[in-house]
Amino acid sequence: MPDATGLELIAHELREANDGSILQTEFRRGRAVLEIAPEHVPAVLQQLHDKGYTFLASLHGVDYYPDEPRLGVLYELMDMREVDRISVKARVSTEDPRVPTATGLFPGANFPEREVYDMFGVVFDGHPDMRRILMPEDFEGFPQRRDFPVGGEPVLFTYNEETGYGKDQ
Amino acid sequence: MEIKREKLDPSDFRVRQLQARDMLRGDLEGEELDKFVEQSVMTTTMSKAVSWSQGNSIYPMTFGLACCAIEMMSIVGMRVDIARFGWEAFRASPRQADLLILSGRVSVKMAPVIRRIYDQMLEPKWAISMGACCSSMGVFNNYALVPSDKFMPIDVHVPGCPPRPEALMHGILRLRDKIQGHPPDGWRERYDAVGTEEVLTPEQQRGSEMDAAINVYPGGDTAGA
Repeated sequence: MPDATGLELIAHELREANDGSILQTEFRRGRAVLEIAPEHVPAVLQQLHDKGYTFLASLHGVDYYPDEPRLGVLYELMDMREVDRISVKARVSTEDPRVPTATGLFPGANFPEREVYDMFGVVFDGHPDMRRILMPEDFEGFPQRRDFPVGGEPVLFTYNEETGYGKDQ
Repeated sequence: MEIKREKLDPSDFRVRQLQARDMLRGDLEGEELDKFVEQSVMTTTMSKAVSWSQGNSIYPMTFGLACCAIEMMSIVGMRVDIARFGWEAFRASPRQADLLILSGRVSVKMAPVIRRIYDQMLEPKWAISMGACCSSMGVFNNYALVPSDKFMPIDVHVPGCPPRPEALMHGILRLRDKIQGHPPDGWRERYDAVGTEEVLTPEQQRGSEMDAAINVYPGGDTAGA
């Protein structure tokens, strides 16, 4: 991990190169997070890649309900020579959940981006194959969003065998 | 050394063996022959004989869905040796299998695949729903899973998370009883369990004092879309 000072230095460098790309930095519990504007994702990732963070360890989505903007896409980057990690976070709203794709730089981002689309509904512009990956093709909604109902089935057990459904049908 | 001679009991194995030898030689005649035939021949019906052999030579399908599959694999091992009952030949093709053991959770996307495998199996065929997930969806009772009763007929449910191999063994023996025509367990009558085999109608879903939400949403009713 870069320490808090190191993170600020990286943020400063990125700010110099792309005006308005870094919205916020956060260093908590030994984890360095750069919050960036969604439209600057490819440029920032490219710069971090050039600095040595060449491995995309994970790409995942978060729903920060009820905070706005609600959705987040996190890129966990890793420097394999220094064994050094940094997180990049892009927040988007549910009204316009669009983020440029990272598949050009990291081909391995293909399936994780499809999964984030499947579960949170974030559309990755420029992705070669933006389809659902885990849920059925005709599934409605994005199940990992906080306002999606958990669903499930009523099940007849001993404790509800008198009151459970099906008793009087 | 004194040699002791005493008459053997007529039901003794050695005596019957000697009688059989006598009969084959043609030495046994008349009443003795009638009695011997009566003792040695069992009459039954064809269907009973067939179901007896079916129950003792099931070919399960090689098919694992989740963690229950690990327990399922261990029943062919030497500890709860399923080969004692003639069930040990796991078949890799549904065309050759008689029994589908659903060992694990069934997702909405996997259900049509399983149904197709079940349809490809030749009659007579049976199915065991193993573990909490594919019977009542267990800890994964959410949007992604479907209980196996909703898309195919299940003969035996084995509860547990996952069930021990002994529990699966018990389920298998219950299925053997069922195949061999012993009285059915009659759980539907006992629990008055009507309605568990169908998808509920929208009216039933809405006006319900039921405990949980239903997995099947009416079109356009889905939040977060």
